[in-house]
Amino acid sequence: MLHLACLIPLLPLGGFAILLVAGRRIGNPVAGWLATICVAGAFVVSVIVLVALFGRVPASRLFTQHLFTWFTVDRLSVDVGLRIDPLSVTMALFVTGVAATIHLYSIGYMEHDEDFAKFFTYLNLFVFSMLMLVLASNFLVTFFGWEGVGVCSYFLIAFWFRRPAAASAGKKAMIYNRVGDAGFLVALFLIFEKTGSLDYSTVFARLSHVSTTDATAIALLLFLGAVGKSAQIPLFPWLADAMEGPTPVSALIHAATMVTAGVYLLCRINPILHAAPVAGHVVAWVGVSTALVAATIGCAQTDIKKVLAYSTVSQLGYMFLAAGSGAYVAAIFLMLAHAFYKALLFLSAGSVIHALDGEQDLKKMGSLRAFMPLTALAFLVGWLSIAGVPPFSGFWAKSDVLENAWAVSPALWAIGAVTAILTAYYMGREFFLVFLGDRRWQSARPGGQPPRDPGWVMGVPLIVLSVCSFLGLFIDLPFHPTWSFLERWLQPVVGASLAVHHFGVAELWGFGLADVAFALLGIAMAAAVWRAAVNRPRLEPRFLFMAWFVDWSYDRFLARPGVRLSQFASSVVDARIIDGAVEGVGRLVRRGGERLRRVQTGYVRTYALTIVGGIVVLVAYFVTRAGS
Amino acid sequence: MTIDGSWYLTLAAVLFTIGAVGVLIRRNVLVMLMCIELMLNAANLTFVTFSRELNDIGGQVAVFFVLVVAAAEVVVGLGIIVAIFRRSVGTTADDPHELRG
Repeated sequence: MLHLACLIPLLPLGGFAILLVAGRRIGNPVAGWLATICVAGAFVVSVIVLVALFGRVPASRLFTQHLFTWFTVDRLSVDVGLRIDPLSVTMALFVTGVAATIHLYSIGYMEHDEDFAKFFTYLNLFVFSMLMLVLASNFLVTFFGWEGVGVCSYFLIAFWFRRPAAASAGKKAMIYNRVGDAGFLVALFLIFEKTGSLDYSTVFARLSHVSTTDATAIALLLFLGAVGKSAQIPLFPWLADAMEGPTPVSALIHAATMVTAGVYLLCRINPILHAAPVAGHVVAWVGVSTALVAATIGCAQTDIKKVLAYSTVSQLGYMFLAAGSGAYVAAIFLMLAHAFYKALLFLSAGSVIHALDGEQDLKKMGSLRAFMPLTALAFLVGWLSIAGVPPFSGFWAKSDVLENAWAVSPALWAIGAVTAILTAYYMGREFFLVFLGDRRWQSARPGGQPPRDPGWVMGVPLIVLSVCSFLGLFIDLPFHPTWSFLERWLQPVVGASLAVHHFGVAELWGFGLADVAFALLGIAMAAAVWRAAVNRPRLEPRFLFMAWFVDWSYDRFLARPGVRLSQFASSVVDARIIDGAVEGVGRLVRRGGERLRRVQTGYVRTYALTIVGGIVVLVAYFVTRAGS
Repeated sequence: MTIDGSWYLTLAAVLFTIGAVGVLIRRNVLVMLMCIELMLNAANLTFVTFSRELNDIGGQVAVFFVLVVAAAEVVVGLGIIVAIFRRSVGTTADDPHELRG
């Protein structure tokens, strides 16, 4: 049964191929259904593989499926193969599951778009790349998937490329990711240099021969790649701009799956991180700083999707905090929970935007609860979940992360706790501004139809994801070791490097109650401020609205000097120096030719005289030489 | 009676000089061609002289080659001259200088 695993990436690839060749002919909406069925099929296969893997004893839950040899150069031989273990199957399951619901939603969301088929072509290619990323059996194939999702991200952010903002946001995402990818690539070189292989199993087995310094360097370089992909400090501004893409893309790629690739990578390389404790600390501190910074930014955004974007950055920060603290299970747990509730929030936001004909400004919404009850309920579930209100999945996942942070350093825990309050607050702000208050959208659409809940194609994913956000709590429960399903499941992969802390019952209750208090405090703050008000300039400072001026300073100190340098290179170096040299050679030859031309007079006697002159010189030379 | 080889060489030198001066100063194409022939034959005379003086048949062989080349040259040269004279009778060697580079 495990041999079916190769179908998981092949189904979306097949869907991509069909849509690429005949997408336009298949048309709307069949192309969307085809893509959805391919991804849903991959989900079914993932479930089968999961069951098959579950049937084995935990120690032998690793199956490598060799597909073909990609290339062989000297000592380096790279196979394209799938590594089926609990971690990769979990990832495959959740990627295909979330992707399938979002594909379904997109059929409704994109129904009026003229590039309907193209959209699904990209989505299927994305799912294929993401599955290659998580299922790959070696670093290079992971890198292939890594680049693939990056390219799809670019295609899909810039999907409405006629809008300059979307086109530029796509480029921005690409360039930011490039910075991280450079780190990933150097890490690959270093890994090969130190272990002589790129295969996960081999690399991890030879890790004992690698010095701590080298392991730290490798871990930090891979972390740089993860920082780019998962939008952490200092490479986070691209994710907010990525919201220019269609909302299903924001939900699928820029919230649920692609941006979690960095977290997955860190969990995958857990033996390397374990061998490099310094790198772990760096990861944890970068993660928690990102969580806090992004949460503060989220408090001041006015675009419904940008709030969610910064909230994603913030949540990813939590995941890095967990991975850096050695709590890989908590990281994966939060990733799964986050995928559900963040996809849910994004799809709800998408429904709102859809219903308001593309309006994204929070200040022009309000009172939608009465018109869109399903969407409001879905958003409420997402909000309570991300805020960490029990019994929703977010509570359990976040508690898990914070406990482990406490065990590493109380300072990490404190920052995480502040972030938790802010999270509940800014999501509450969004909820109050969108679904309660006055009908501020009415002036914009006089006499128009009131906004309505979407049809079932878009509604079903909302319901499914709401249920998942709730049921996610059963993934991993702290009450008793036998209930820690995820931890026991991932044990073969991360067990050796997992940081295990045993807290007493009182401590666990303490942590739990503190987390609930943080969530309720944030919600109460949001309610106190935003129930009635719309504008509170002092609570939305420009500094936070501009995202700590990070993007602004990159633009000011890197991008613009870069543009100026390019202009200098274009107008001076290229036009004068390089073109000057090339044209100078041409001019020299032409001038020389013009001069030499005069020698050819056309008078035969001139030539003859020249010949005679030459002979005279030669004869004179020989005569004098013969004399000497 | 045998004539000393230097006489032949002197004659050849005189002929060559006449030919060379003719090529340089005459403007009639036909005459210039004849002068070139004169120079070639002066060279031939030198070859034959040295061949006899040095008892080496190689000089006479060279003469045959020169004769063949000269014949070919005459064919081409006369062809060109005829072409030139076709444009107008009495053209000099200077007139086709419009063919200059």
